Amino acid sequence: MSRLLEWLENGLLITDGAWGTELQARGLEPGALPDTWNLTHPDRVEAVARAYVEAGSQVILTNTFRANRVAMEGDLDAINRAGVEISRRAAAGRALVFASIGPTGKMLMEGDLAPEQARDAFTAQAAALAGAGADALLIETMSDIEEARLAVAAARTTGLPVVVSFAFDSGKNRDRTMTGATPEAVAAAMVEAGADSVGANCGVGVEHAAPICRRLRAACDLPLWIKPNAGLPKIEGDAVRYGTSAESFASHFAALREAGASFLGGCCGSTPDFIRALVRARCGSS
Amino acid sequence: MADTDELQEAVIKGDAKAAAAATQAALAAGVTPLSIVTEHLVPAMDEVGRRFECQDYFVPEMLLSARAMKASMEIVRPLLAASGAEPIGRVVIGTVQGDLHDIGKNLVASMLEGGGFEVIDLGVNVEPRRFIEAASSRNAGLVALSALLTVTMPAMKTTIDAFAAAGLREKVKIMVGGAPVTEQYANTIGADGYSESAAGAVALARRLAAA
Repeated sequence: MSRLLEWLENGLLITDGAWGTELQARGLEPGALPDTWNLTHPDRVEAVARAYVEAGSQVILTNTFRANRVAMEGDLDAINRAGVEISRRAAAGRALVFASIGPTGKMLMEGDLAPEQARDAFTAQAAALAGAGADALLIETMSDIEEARLAVAAARTTGLPVVVSFAFDSGKNRDRTMTGATPEAVAAAMVEAGADSVGANCGVGVEHAAPICRRLRAACDLPLWIKPNAGLPKIEGDAVRYGTSAESFASHFAALREAGASFLGGCCGSTPDFIRALVRARCGSS
Repeated sequence: MADTDELQEAVIKGDAKAAAAATQAALAAGVTPLSIVTEHLVPAMDEVGRRFECQDYFVPEMLLSARAMKASMEIVRPLLAASGAEPIGRVVIGTVQGDLHDIGKNLVASMLEGGGFEVIDLGVNVEPRRFIEAASSRNAGLVALSALLTVTMPAMKTTIDAFAAAGLREKVKIMVGGAPVTEQYANTIGADGYSESAAGAVALARRLAAA
């Protein structure tokens, strides 16, 4: 049995919520690169990770979403290693650490990024994350199947379990990625690429997650990773707020488990309160 | 006009080589540079936009079409300049300060160019001051602001406020867009227009330029 399936033997695992907004609440300037804080403010990054562990997250991520050499500059090896070390300290054995790998931010088909550049950037990041002791690698918020293939291949060279998650936010029904990929196409391609789990994160809100989850479930047998946004952002004064409360987010728990989610958490707009609400929803429904 | 139909076809299919060849052929057959833009490139990109709205096309197809359109524009642009033809409008575009994302902004820039606008692309992480300088020095009537992140959206407001502080708010129309941006937000910050898609941005720019 794969390590991933062993972790899921006792049922669905609750993951974490958003990090960027939590870091901002601790002083990260809007528009600043959160990943650099792994080196400059490790204590504050750890406070975010610990807030999720204390809220009941069984899987937490790392503050390394942008730390590939196409997306950002700097000592990425150190940023990635520190990211894993911080989350491991916060988890202290109570949660698994899935290290976050985001997209390059460039489009392969536009020609401003060669496939080899993307592959090398993902390989370097995956090696740094695995070397620092991540339990698994999470490739997230992908739009382009080809870029995700390169990332999965790079991540698999570490021997760690690989989860790959796409943002479905385009098309009339908000069920396509930006490049037009359907859940069915994503599932088939990621099974072929050798991913251990596939899923959907970010996107346009929790109310769209269950149908996408069901379609992924119907299209493949892999465990599903589901981490939707807390609705669409609304502006109140100078502040950005998301439309969904922790309670209404967690009211989707049963539907998402029914739809086949194995890992469940929140993306943009969610907080430790959302995780506490999910934990309560699980207690109430099982 | 078999040759120029081929041009539209090439742009819609996203075939840059065929678009360049069809442009050369059309010019050789006596089609004016201006009508290559207005009668062939603009309708072709409108069709691309329509297909996007119908979910027949997604971002990759639009990017290919935009590239084919650019291949044609590169041939036509010097000829247009020489003939003294004016673009339908001049747009300064950029991703706002603090935001490094450019996929959406590039797509809108391409679509605007295909729609007959002269586009001055300032790139990513653009400070308000640079938008103002470019709009004044290039005498642009339109400014297009992009942001992908909720955390960088407020820089749109900062930029619009900076135009007001510089006394230039009445001289330009400011349009905004990007994944987290909504009509409501655009209204809140005093933008002149919002579009949900790159194709819609062209229609919006035409309305604002005509206003």
